[in-house]
Amino acid sequence: MKRKQGPVVIRVDKLSKRYKLGQVHGNLLSERIGLGLKSLSRRFWGCSSNFSTVQRFNDSTFWALRDVSFEIKQGEVVGIVGRNGTGKSTLLKILSRVTGPTEGEVELLGRVGSLLEVGTGFHPELTGRENIFMNGAILGMKRAEIKNRFDEIVGFAEVEKFVDTPVKHYSSGMYVRLAFAVAAHLEPEVLLVDEVLAVGDTAFQKKCLGKIGEVARGGRTVLFVSHNMASVKALCGRAILLEGGRVVMEGDAVSVVDRYLQDAGTKVTSYSMAAGKKPPCFRSVELIQEERNNGIFAADRPVRISFSIDSGGKKGLGVNLYIRNEQGVCIHHSSDSFGDSSGEARTCEIPAHGLAAGRYHVDVSLCRGEFEVFDYLQDALIFQTGLTAATDERARAARWRGLCGPGLITWK
Amino acid sequence: MELRTINRTVIRPSGGWPSLAFDEIWAYRELLGMLAWRDVSVRYKQSVAGIGWAVFQPLMTMVIFTIIFGKFAKLPSDGLPYPVFAYCALLPWNYFSQSLTGSSDSIVGSSYLITKVYFPRLILPLGKVTSGLIDFGVAFVILLGMMAWYGIAPTAGILLLPVFMLVAMLTALGVGLWFTALNVKYRDVRFIVPYIAQFWLFASPVAYSTSLVPEKWRWLYGLNPMVGVIEGFRWALLGKAVPDFGMMLASFGAVCLVLVTGLYYFRKMEETFADNV
Repeated sequence: MKRKQGPVVIRVDKLSKRYKLGQVHGNLLSERIGLGLKSLSRRFWGCSSNFSTVQRFNDSTFWALRDVSFEIKQGEVVGIVGRNGTGKSTLLKILSRVTGPTEGEVELLGRVGSLLEVGTGFHPELTGRENIFMNGAILGMKRAEIKNRFDEIVGFAEVEKFVDTPVKHYSSGMYVRLAFAVAAHLEPEVLLVDEVLAVGDTAFQKKCLGKIGEVARGGRTVLFVSHNMASVKALCGRAILLEGGRVVMEGDAVSVVDRYLQDAGTKVTSYSMAAGKKPPCFRSVELIQEERNNGIFAADRPVRISFSIDSGGKKGLGVNLYIRNEQGVCIHHSSDSFGDSSGEARTCEIPAHGLAAGRYHVDVSLCRGEFEVFDYLQDALIFQTGLTAATDERARAARWRGLCGPGLITWK
Repeated sequence: MELRTINRTVIRPSGGWPSLAFDEIWAYRELLGMLAWRDVSVRYKQSVAGIGWAVFQPLMTMVIFTIIFGKFAKLPSDGLPYPVFAYCALLPWNYFSQSLTGSSDSIVGSSYLITKVYFPRLILPLGKVTSGLIDFGVAFVILLGMMAWYGIAPTAGILLLPVFMLVAMLTALGVGLWFTALNVKYRDVRFIVPYIAQFWLFASPVAYSTSLVPEKWRWLYGLNPMVGVIEGFRWALLGKAVPDFGMMLASFGAVCLVLVTGLYYFRKMEETFADNV
């Protein structure tokens, strides 16, 4: 769609962000002093063993963003796409001033609002009404502004009857709707949106997308980070593809999305945590099958997925697993908790014949209870399955069609 | 839409001396108020006595102090009834220690906000030292009642009470800024703060009178700003002798030093908070 475009409102110039790798020195002063003593003793006596480790860790840094430059004009809706750990979230964090850049410069015109996460600052003991004001203030709205939009916010969230109930009594749906409603009624000149659409039911997600579209049509500038390529295509005029912290492509949304999908054709059978991530988060996710042939997993044999997490000391964490087929249909969803005794690793098994031959995307999330999502990896794994010769023959003979594997149902 | 509010923001790596950007904090004053209000509101929700706890705490300490230091140890209280003498000091003291503990934990305790949205981080410790004022106000009413009971009339010095309160506030803020910024990097701080608060209580004339401190050491003693605050309170409210001028000067000087250095250190570290909490 064509729209009138104004002056440049976001100018990003050679932006870089460096994170230190690993946490070799913990957060305790005593550990720091211990390390300091080791390095001192090395300086005096030349005992190298410990020091070299310290040195190596001190030197190993990781660039989450490297020389990223682009400009966005007023009224543009720009999508930022890329795989996990390519710097999308870091970019939004710098733009929303949550964290500072290591190098480079950003110039922003107008008030910047971010939808990095909904419900920031919600307090369970406070009522819906109190939380709306609280959350609005955190997001940078004036009291008068919130008052003016109060009814609209409550209406959008569909929680009219429960405005004066503490939110701890809300259902998860109500909670998320209210949180999104507050954020969506913020009226900044520049809106940064990150993955918030992963929340709520489908109907509400549609409503959210509608709201973002409305914001965009109102002439505001929107920067939209998403893995949902359909929404990027639908909402954005332009898109930027990030890879390894660099801009690899910039152009109209359709071609950037196509390029991304093409790249995504590569298989991903293991994920490991990017540097700079905060626990609780996934450390690694891996697909395992001995019968794998040429990178293709046998659908008529079990496939295991092993998870390793860094709980960061949090108890009661749970993992959710979503398996989507090529059409984006979620064909399996499974969840389990990391019991307090089971450590930080879990394995699950997709039984033989659980999947048909085809390409699959696996999303995983690490959460606690209904509200807290600590880590969400879309397309954490992408893999292809095939049938072994015998099963394949039978399936062909029967002109088999179905979402799960042809051998799943057995006849007595 | 017009870009009427040419609100230009430039983000670049920090370096050199940080600016204090007080105008920005002023722009976020509503958030400061909300955070302070939430603090108080959440603290007393679902407790039967509610805000009554704000009174109960200093009152109980007063009773204990009166029995142990007043009756058993027979510490002099400058001719004042010991309970009023102690309670009058416990008010600013409780405010101070509550604010100090609160502000020292304010950044790490709000990591869920720090990693998600931007606002001047200074708002968090400021909110903590503000929320304590409500408790102080409630407990203050009891003091007035006690003064009436013992027939003590406040002096004209009561007009200076807000100044002493401000000193208590800025002391808690100044020290809290150092602690909360250090706490992001070194979690040792949260273990140390309770001990510091405890030592500080005995280094301040809460249970005893300044008259116990030898005259020539008063100025050194006064480097503890809470000495100036408590002396000021007793002078303004209970009509105790005018406090030692040199001691008061030392107190005010110490506050300024701690506050200014605390502000700069906090500002300097501010940018790394989101990556380290």
